[in-house]
Amino acid sequence: MAFFRKHIKTIVPILVLYALVVVLDLIPGVPMMLLTVLKKGAIYSLVAVSMNLLNGFTGLFSLGQAGFMLLGAYTYASLNISSGLKPIVYQYYTPLFRFSITEVLSGVAGSAGAVLGIVLSLVIAGLVAAFFAYLIALPVLKLRGDYLAIATLGFAEIIRALIQLEALAPVTNGSQLLRGFPYFRGLFAPFLISGVCIFLIVLIINSTYGRAFIAIRDDEIAAEAMGINLAYHKRLSFVISSFFAGISGAMLAMYQTSVQANTFKSAMTYEILLIVVIGGIGSVSGSCIGSFLFIAMSEWWLRFLDNSAYNIPGIPLLRPGFRMVVFSVLIMIMVLFFRRGIMGDREFSLSFFSKKTRGEGGRSDSRRETDE
Amino acid sequence: MSENMLHDTSILRLENITMQFGGVVAVDNLSMEVRPGEIVALIGPNGAGKTTAFNMITGVYEPTNGQISFEGSPVVRNHPRGKISKMYAGQNADLYKNKETLSPSVDRLTALGMARTFQNIRLFKSRTVFENVLIAKHLRRTRGFFSAVFRLNRDEEASWREESLSLLETTGLSAVKDENAVSLPYGLQRRLEIARALATRPRLLLLDEPAAGMNPQETDSLTAFIARIRREFGVSILLIEHHMNLVMDISDRIYVLDFGRMIATGEPREIQNNRRVIDAYLGVEEN
Repeated sequence: MAFFRKHIKTIVPILVLYALVVVLDLIPGVPMMLLTVLKKGAIYSLVAVSMNLLNGFTGLFSLGQAGFMLLGAYTYASLNISSGLKPIVYQYYTPLFRFSITEVLSGVAGSAGAVLGIVLSLVIAGLVAAFFAYLIALPVLKLRGDYLAIATLGFAEIIRALIQLEALAPVTNGSQLLRGFPYFRGLFAPFLISGVCIFLIVLIINSTYGRAFIAIRDDEIAAEAMGINLAYHKRLSFVISSFFAGISGAMLAMYQTSVQANTFKSAMTYEILLIVVIGGIGSVSGSCIGSFLFIAMSEWWLRFLDNSAYNIPGIPLLRPGFRMVVFSVLIMIMVLFFRRGIMGDREFSLSFFSKKTRGEGGRSDSRRETDE
Repeated sequence: MSENMLHDTSILRLENITMQFGGVVAVDNLSMEVRPGEIVALIGPNGAGKTTAFNMITGVYEPTNGQISFEGSPVVRNHPRGKISKMYAGQNADLYKNKETLSPSVDRLTALGMARTFQNIRLFKSRTVFENVLIAKHLRRTRGFFSAVFRLNRDEEASWREESLSLLETTGLSAVKDENAVSLPYGLQRRLEIARALATRPRLLLLDEPAAGMNPQETDSLTAFIARIRREFGVSILLIEHHMNLVMDISDRIYVLDFGRMIATGEPREIQNNRRVIDAYLGVEEN
């Protein structure tokens, strides 16, 4: 197809990446940390891209991502806790959902049914998040700039508080955690799900609707004068972004094997925002690279800074928590000197290596982590 | 009124349009029209209310009173309501009282067939010249969101691209079609704004000070360009302008505003010799 010939230089590295993921899944003895980083990085890639769709491509500065992830995570978890474990998980409450979608479907169609069940619940998780986004879009999207950020941040915090309500406990288990649902065993599943979702977002961005989003970002007044209905398109972008945030929330639940409202604090939204900024506002591949780098830095590469055993004798600098100091400094350097992020608003492709590109922003040579 | 509508052959008609901001009547009982194929200019000294009138036509402001019709059917209608009704200082307050108020959004008016340009150029700055024009095709979409995402609208996309290219050809921008829009020289940016407005397939083109910030040579070439646009696209044009050369060269008719009121209307030659217009522009000595 013409599509593949046109985008060969993007498709090839993606295929290479997926081949590597499969290989990593098969060979034993891969460092645990690498697997963790790749798994979590894949999930964060999706939520970062979904945030980028809203913040980078539509120009709506929203900070509600953690709230929508939480909705997705709880939806996925509560629909999939295996019926045998329900009495243990819902210790103090009678669970509302007595079934588990995955179990029901695997009873009907075996392991294919289980896969279908997981996919179905991921979609439902996205739809629930999208539904809430649709509800709050009307009042919230009338606000501009910082006010929109404050309102969406507030929404996320309210959701986090509400979900722990006693009245909702038959679904959410109050402030106790939810567990006992299917989770990721290998690397391939999170990469595949994130990859498909990001591909869908790329399709949206490159469609006529994506062009309308970009027009709104570039100049709202001109976009409206060109016949683009602002309210409709902003809401559309908001709902889509929340849909994929919901899916990534469900994936995070699968990664963590348990769900608790307190993990979805606003700090999580800031992490995602940082990834978007580091990767480049308005660049999908930038968000992906950014999320792998960010997760690797915070979870792996800087770990040694927390270990006082690595101290140079006489200089007791390294101690638990020092990692975060260095990390924050690195981020400040990043934001000060690479203001447009790693990718700016460009996209990664192999032609990067064949022709000289403009010098702004650092170019990442970590091909393997690049661009789903 | 129904009889009026039947015989209304004008593209744009303003009737008793009044705009009051607080206690200030910025536009007072303005009635004017643009007929098919005409180039009409709206002029007046600074603060006369031209831009306010323009903003009401394009849907940015809701008039306090009056009615605007596009191609014979009313699209904007209002009467003094709420707080302003007590302090209304304009005329004809009762004329539209019992009629439904119409207050469409800006994009709705564009979809009906009028497109505008901006005094301070507003291009989509991260996009190329071609993409700027292509974006303006979005409102003519006939397919839904999902068919656009899954590329089931290829035929529509293809025809948009073709139309955009030929539009750039006619407007003399095809050589720079892949350049970033804001990297163009000023005169070409103006042209691109007009091309982008034309891409929405309007019947009425509204130009807000198209020659603002231009030198005489650029203004001359713009004058020729606007005349050619009218010829080739068959659009009617309403423009606000300060450059009198441009206005007198291409306008079929001129409306002159001063302190929110229309003080004169007619062909360029009549306007040039109109005593009130000259007084408005140069000032009158009080005795």
